[in-house]
Amino acid sequence: MNSLLTVGKNILPAKRSSVIPGFGLTMGFTLFYMSMLVLIPLGGLVLFTTSMGWEAFWQSITDPRVLSSLRLSFGASFIAAILNAFFGLIVAWVLVRYTFPFKKVIDALVDLPFALPTAVSGIALVTIYSQNGIVGRYVELLGFQIAFTWIGIVIALTLIGLPFVVRTVQPALEDLEKELEEVAASLGATRWQTFKRVIFPAIQPSLLTGFAMALARAIGEYGSVIFIAGNMPYKTEIAPLLIVIKLEQFDYTGATAIAVVMLIAAFLILLFINLIQWWNRRYSDEN
Amino acid sequence: MHHSMRYISIIGFLILSIGLTACSNNRDGASATLLNVSYDPTRELYQELNREFKVYWKDKTGQTVTIRMSHGGSGSQSRAVIDGLDADVVTLALAHDVTAIQQNAGLIEEYWQNRLPENSAPYTSTIGFLVRKGNPLNIQDWDDLIRPDVSVITPNPKTSGVARWNYLAMWGYALQKELGDLSKIGNPDYAGEVAMAEAKAKEFVAAIYRNVPVLDSAARGATNTFVQRGIGDVLINWENEILLAGFTLDVDGLEIVIPQTSILAEPTVSIVDKNVDRKGTREIAQAYLEFLYSETGQELAAKHYYRPRSEVVAIKYEERFPQIQLFTIDEVAGGWHNANTVHFRDGGIFDQFYQN
Repeated sequence: MNSLLTVGKNILPAKRSSVIPGFGLTMGFTLFYMSMLVLIPLGGLVLFTTSMGWEAFWQSITDPRVLSSLRLSFGASFIAAILNAFFGLIVAWVLVRYTFPFKKVIDALVDLPFALPTAVSGIALVTIYSQNGIVGRYVELLGFQIAFTWIGIVIALTLIGLPFVVRTVQPALEDLEKELEEVAASLGATRWQTFKRVIFPAIQPSLLTGFAMALARAIGEYGSVIFIAGNMPYKTEIAPLLIVIKLEQFDYTGATAIAVVMLIAAFLILLFINLIQWWNRRYSDEN
Repeated sequence: MHHSMRYISIIGFLILSIGLTACSNNRDGASATLLNVSYDPTRELYQELNREFKVYWKDKTGQTVTIRMSHGGSGSQSRAVIDGLDADVVTLALAHDVTAIQQNAGLIEEYWQNRLPENSAPYTSTIGFLVRKGNPLNIQDWDDLIRPDVSVITPNPKTSGVARWNYLAMWGYALQKELGDLSKIGNPDYAGEVAMAEAKAKEFVAAIYRNVPVLDSAARGATNTFVQRGIGDVLINWENEILLAGFTLDVDGLEIVIPQTSILAEPTVSIVDKNVDRKGTREIAQAYLEFLYSETGQELAAKHYYRPRSEVVAIKYEERFPQIQLFTIDEVAGGWHNANTVHFRDGGIFDQFYQN
């Protein structure tokens, strides 16, 4: 009732009220929804680690095996997200800019990694890339292995992150006005200059968003990776697997400690990317 | 606006709780429901056993019983019960997983393993090998697994129940080979000899794990790696799983090898005390587990390739199970508690294989 009165008092749209109705209801719902799904479960996680004491926490996360699994998880996810940013951009470009037969089919294929149970992706990948698989067989002749090495992990993480970059960059490319490129060309810009100075700045924010989402998804991925990783301690053991291993040993606190470290690291990375976005916007507005 | 939101959420919460309450077990005399939480390879066994028990219980008491099953990796199943899965009975791959329920959730009495005959293990199994057809590398016994040309598939003992049995079978074999007589373990007169044998056994098991290219997290994953991916020369697995697959082996290009010496694997069963008392199903749950020891139960176990405890049934199915020398976990590792602290805990012997 209160908010209705305020609207009545302020004839001119001022600080507090919005033209769009329903702020109270939607905001209340958002808070409830986010609390039930994100804040309370993750808060509980953090709370649980406080029961183990700082020293035990520190000891369990500085264990060399935990450290090497965290390095692997974040490192492989980072490589996978970079690969996705690069190749996802090309895929999005092809899908937006050219017409070719079966375009709709390929467009639909992009979303498949979302829909597939991750275990299925993992098994499918290992079938192809293991030493008896149709690709792995020839790669082995070249003297290296894909499945059961970190390369296999990167491939699995790239697969599951693919849709993010394509789907975030696509609309940005579609919105790009063709005229801008024509202007650039008529002003004497080379093709490379047009891409670098005109197209790239326009799609860069969505590319970064896609990158961040692919990265976040890859850090937490478990299902597809364990099939192709080989899961050797210190070598191809990802952090989420180590969490499961600790749980199997009923070491709930040890598992939670790794989870909290991953949570904080992932949050910081995403926050950092958001800061870059924010800084970018400000910088481009001032220009 | 803010107030109405609060009401909406309270009403939503109420509806949710009413829904959950309505789902819980209803008690009446004419029917009962049991939930048996088990591990993966027992699927076929309990399917048939439940049918027989239903008939038996109906004849005896006139009560109709519905038995629901839950299958999965033994360790995860144990954790599910700890976290609240409403099991009446658990029939898991190793005693350790039942003890974990007792220790972590207090749902089972402390001396549960003495409540039923034979350490609460109504049927047993052992650990054997699957090799490629024709056995091209001539793998016959545990010693062959340390050969550098042999690639071995076994899951991670930290996440898989059968993998712990596999590991302890290797360990026990090596100890037996060094000592000749396992009763020397724990005897102070032989302390020096035992320590040396343990050092050798550690070397032996480490040598086998150096031949393991992939550590799958569960038994089914390891079977997949070996059979579907064609990786490795030998798969170490439950005897009952290997024998069960017997008739399709030829098609898959595989062959069974049961080593001369192996471990007596004892999958254990127990009532989940707190759950049956709350649901009023103790009597029927108890009868269900005892039924496993009856002649019908033992016959069914043997039929599904578990080694029966009953002498009579064992003789009847003699040809099915190779006569080999079996040692127990108590003999070679001093029970599950000890095995876990020494071998499988973080920083234990298994972890040491992979350090540096």
